[in-house]
Amino acid sequence: MRSGTIAWVVAALAVLLLALAPLDLTPYGVPFSGLRRYGIYILTLWLVTAIAAMGVNLIVGYAGQETLAQAAFLGIGAYTTAILTKAGLPFGFAFLISGMGAFLVGIVLGFPALRVQKHYLAFVTLAFSVFVWLVIRNEEWLTGGVSGISGIRRPVIFGINLRPAANFYWFVMVMTAMMTFIMWWIVRSPWGRAFVALRENPIRAESLGVDVRAYKLFAFAIGSAYGGLAGSLYAPLVEFIDPAPFALGPSLLFLLMVVVGGLGTLLGPFVGAAVAVLLPEWLRFAEGYYLLIYAALVMAMMAFCPTGIVGLAGRVFASRRRPDDGQAPTLGEARP
Amino acid sequence: MTDFLQLLTAGLATGAIYALAAIGFTLLWQASQTINFAQGDFVMLPAFFALAGMHWFGLPFSLAALLAITLAMLVLGVMFKTLIVDPLIRQGVLPLVISTIALSIFLRDGVKDVYSAEAQPFPTIFPDGIVSIFGAKIYLAQVGVLLIAFSTIALLGWFLAGTRTGRQMQAAAQNPTVARILGIDVGRMVLYTFLINAALAAMASLLISPIYLAKFSNGETLGLAAFVAAIVGGFNQVRGAIVGGLVVGVIDNLAAAYISTAYRQAVPLFLLVLIILFRPQGLLGRREERAV
Repeated sequence: MRSGTIAWVVAALAVLLLALAPLDLTPYGVPFSGLRRYGIYILTLWLVTAIAAMGVNLIVGYAGQETLAQAAFLGIGAYTTAILTKAGLPFGFAFLISGMGAFLVGIVLGFPALRVQKHYLAFVTLAFSVFVWLVIRNEEWLTGGVSGISGIRRPVIFGINLRPAANFYWFVMVMTAMMTFIMWWIVRSPWGRAFVALRENPIRAESLGVDVRAYKLFAFAIGSAYGGLAGSLYAPLVEFIDPAPFALGPSLLFLLMVVVGGLGTLLGPFVGAAVAVLLPEWLRFAEGYYLLIYAALVMAMMAFCPTGIVGLAGRVFASRRRPDDGQAPTLGEARP
Repeated sequence: MTDFLQLLTAGLATGAIYALAAIGFTLLWQASQTINFAQGDFVMLPAFFALAGMHWFGLPFSLAALLAITLAMLVLGVMFKTLIVDPLIRQGVLPLVISTIALSIFLRDGVKDVYSAEAQPFPTIFPDGIVSIFGAKIYLAQVGVLLIAFSTIALLGWFLAGTRTGRQMQAAAQNPTVARILGIDVGRMVLYTFLINAALAAMASLLISPIYLAKFSNGETLGLAAFVAAIVGGFNQVRGAIVGGLVVGVIDNLAAAYISTAYRQAVPLFLLVLIILFRPQGLLGRREERAV
């Protein structure tokens, strides 16, 4: 079997296993009684985080920019959805408005920042992150301030009540699959290939007729829209939102998780989000020291393996397969 | 008017401290293309070295301050360069950016876990008095901060322009290849830059902590102020960083008094967007040429 086929089979198996996770399989002879409520919640949180991380991956991994505001965009989406659905509007509408709102804010923010040098977007998003947090905290009439918004109801979609944890989980799974497909399409399209050209050598891409600024701007806006859409799913998942998860700290963690997972790969955001969401659950014993350990690991990883976990796995996999691969290296191909 | 004068001096005092942090940030960027996203936490940390010296080892404040500066040069200068920047500089800019962000989280949570999560009062060396100039009440402490900050900057300016080592550092920053040919030990000059940055951060830390209290999360605001000061002044200019720092400090204080206290921390964002829209090279900066 070719490695491409293997990857598809593994992916399909993983999706199947994930879909079965909330079910009690003991009647079918499998010794697995299904995840409890909290387990399903964590898995859903992982998927929502992965959607936002996909956006960061587009901005950082494909367009070569740095964003330090993904949690702020998550907040924009979460608060928009919470406020609109509490006002009685349907969830689908709130979901679209959340994504479009984040997209527009991304355009407004990216437009000035991308006129100047590299790294300016990082500083602008850093400052924006602080600003969003201030707005959420200070405008009590709209956001409830520090006490937040509680009692966000999970929606009923096409007659299916998403209130039970498992139903909401499957709903988020479908949404994640759709958004992964859209991301895959963006990256594979000629449009997406221009992103890669621009990351590798922006000035050369420009001389080949790629409008560098427009591409970077759209990459940033689409990536931010992914943050907004993830936020729109986050609000009904947790059913209560307050300013804390949308501050600067979580935004920094979003950037780190994407790099840890593996930049510029489709799988990277899922791996990175798993590390960021699932690891703290397993590292309960480390309590407050979790972030300290995590930050130290990231620094070590940057020094030894800047391509992230996916890159590391690829390297291990490739070196193990190389001897019985049976393929002679093509002429002129450099072998490490 | 008297209110305005008071706000102006208070703004200049905090601005001078921001300038110290911004100068270090700019120097590092010039000498080694290191964008240090942990710069704010570099300003947060030395105060805790001093606090640890006083409360854990019973040192008097003067010795503790000295200890803070020395430790800062060791940890934020030498260790930062050898453990984080040197292994990463070949990996490209992004891994280094990510690593300094991780370092910022590391320092922040390290201080929180090891020392305290509470804001700590910090001693000041300046007298409590108030002098009256044109009817405006000026705190002696603010005058003291301005004096010390500007002496430090003047000393640095003299070192960079007036000594042989300082000029070698400038040469190494502007054109490492030619500097190397002329026999300058570029590696050593870069190390000096890291030491100077750490010392400036420590000075800023000792001056700002009596005003804002020492807290593990201070790096967020301080870092943002330093970045924006560097950009407002012109990314590649030490003079620019001084002007930028003062501008940010003054506008910050005026905005807090006349516009809104609640949105004080949003001032850097607006300054940043304004400068990018109307003067992207910064107040004193030059345009940079790009090469393929």
